[in-house]
Amino acid sequence: MEALSMGVYGPYVWACFIMTAMVFVICEWRARVHHRDVYSDIAERVRALGEKQ
Amino acid sequence: MWKFIHKMASPPHFYGLAARIIPWFAVPGLVLVAYATYAGLFVAPADYQQGDAFRIIYVHVPAAFLSMMTYMIMAISAGIGLIWRIKLAHAVAAAAAPLGAWFTFLALATGSIWGRPMWGTWWEWGDPRLTSELIMLFLYFGYMALRGAIDDTAKADKASAVLALVGAVNVPIIHFSVEWWSSLHQGATLVREGGPAMDMSMLYPLLAMILGFKLLFSALLLRRVRTEVLYRERRTRWVRELVLSEEARS
Repeated sequence: MEALSMGVYGPYVWACFIMTAMVFVICEWRARVHHRDVYSDIAERVRALGEKQ
Repeated sequence: MWKFIHKMASPPHFYGLAARIIPWFAVPGLVLVAYATYAGLFVAPADYQQGDAFRIIYVHVPAAFLSMMTYMIMAISAGIGLIWRIKLAHAVAAAAAPLGAWFTFLALATGSIWGRPMWGTWWEWGDPRLTSELIMLFLYFGYMALRGAIDDTAKADKASAVLALVGAVNVPIIHFSVEWWSSLHQGATLVREGGPAMDMSMLYPLLAMILGFKLLFSALLLRRVRTEVLYRERRTRWVRELVLSEEARS
């Protein structure tokens, strides 16, 4: 428990580590969602083009 | 040599290659960050002056390092795109900017949280390190806003490349600010005359964390560049064939 509370500094240290983890998760999630959206748009256009032809 | 560079910079080649190499960056990056988090939080001894608050260094320094490195990647890529007109270079610059902004935000936020117990304040406007790092965050925002404001991709590439190159002057200012001016921020810990100012038990987790951050950043950047390439090449034949072959497979 003492290792987790780190004296009076626990909240500061944990806030920084949790924030860092969140930034990585957000960056990864946004990158995946953006890729999926771009790919879906292109796929839709290719399908529409195929139907036209 | 030029043949090799042109082959690597070819969008279809890059798109396929990046997908294959992303796990080679992401997996070792995750392992290193997991080790460094455990060692930094629970194995490294507390600092004799700062106590356990010094452990913030394990996320603050790698984030600050990446914030500057990303800007240099963005500026160099923008320069290459501007001079040699390599489309992939502009895609790298465009994909790097949001990541750079996130890591600059992280460096500022963790620095501010660290500053509260150590300096007695969250923020000090007169401090050159803090202010120059904040300017870099605004440079990233400016770069992204400029790109977003111009519909034509080629024009957006050129205009934002000039901004990225001009803004690069801020990177050495950030790095040397603690030496050039009086600052609340401590001096360099790693890159200094006489070697790092840390005991090995504290230094190894920090080096592991920096390397882990770099690897995870590389994986994120590759993922973002792939998307940027796909978007820019959306009207080309190879993208159409790629989509058709994926559709046929699923």
